[in-house]
Amino acid sequence: MDFLKRIFGSGNEGTRKIASDRLKIVLIHDRTDISPELLNSLRDEIVQVLTKYMEIDTKKIEIDLDHDEHEVALVANIPVLRIKRGKIDVTKD
Amino acid sequence: MAARVIVTTSGKGGVGKTTSTANIAAALARFGKKVVAVDADVGLRNLDVIMGLENRVVYNFIDVIEKVCKMNQALVKDKRVPGLYLLPAAQTRTKDAVNPEQMIALCEELKPDFDFVLLDCPAGIEGGFKNAAAGADEALVVTTPEIPSVRDADRIIGMLESMGKSPIRLIINRLRPNMVQDGDMLAKDDILDVLSIDLIGVVPEDENVIRSTNSGEPMTMSLDSPAAQAYLNIAERLLGRDVPLMDLESYATRGLISKIKKFFSRRSNKR
Repeated sequence: MDFLKRIFGSGNEGTRKIASDRLKIVLIHDRTDISPELLNSLRDEIVQVLTKYMEIDTKKIEIDLDHDEHEVALVANIPVLRIKRGKIDVTKD
Repeated sequence: MAARVIVTTSGKGGVGKTTSTANIAAALARFGKKVVAVDADVGLRNLDVIMGLENRVVYNFIDVIEKVCKMNQALVKDKRVPGLYLLPAAQTRTKDAVNPEQMIALCEELKPDFDFVLLDCPAGIEGGFKNAAAGADEALVVTTPEIPSVRDADRIIGMLESMGKSPIRLIINRLRPNMVQDGDMLAKDDILDVLSIDLIGVVPEDENVIRSTNSGEPMTMSLDSPAAQAYLNIAERLLGRDVPLMDLESYATRGLISKIKKFFSRRSNKR
């Protein structure tokens, strides 16, 4: 079979497709690589926004980028203690 | 004159930055432009050798920055093509010998006297790259059709974008059309799909690149070869002319008929 393939050309069964797929995955990961500093500042800002609306358990917050083979997701686990009722002044920082 | 300042870069080493810079510079000069090729690879200079001007280097651009000599003393005039100049790098210094502000000032000094300032950037993403890129308005990113090279190009494109360079255009170098046809090499579109920047040219793998490096004469000065034609086309596109991409497939098929076809199509494509 290999012999025949070599004579008639292997069509798209060569390594080009493998390379193309691997390249895409490598770039997805490279482009979503986040430094610990950036992740920390993201975390702090998310907490700031959330605390306007609810009380959260800041000690148990988990925020991370979850890489699987084809995509990357921002996964956050934030325990909520109590929602703030009533009028909230969202313009207040 | 107010030169366009263009940095040739890649991230990964050995993909053809210096060869591209030399050939595009010579091609632009052949089209009647006044061009200076600046070797921004301090400590590992090679543009002088690729251009065949190594014996005529006296001063380098660090000497200019440190006011050891005047700019016109450091510029090496290429006697083979009117309007082509080299500004060499220092070989015995390190990349720390210059900073981005000095590179910007150097480019500003060159701008009034030239149509094009081409900066040949060192490999890597550290100081040397940042220096070279600092002075440039536009960028050419060189990649080969291989994962490591495309990956590094992606990183460099991101950095160039954040530095505000525009346009940033891609050169795909050392493509082997017959391997692409056989399904064993990344094709032009595989690369463009992931990098999402404009293509300015595809340079086929060509033995004449080695011959020209051996002899110290950029291919675009005289040789009629696939890579030379590709670089001439890139130079024309830099000048804003609409030149169609070469039919690389004709280089892939071997045999007498295709060779004859290739010969005539290349003749008729010449300007």
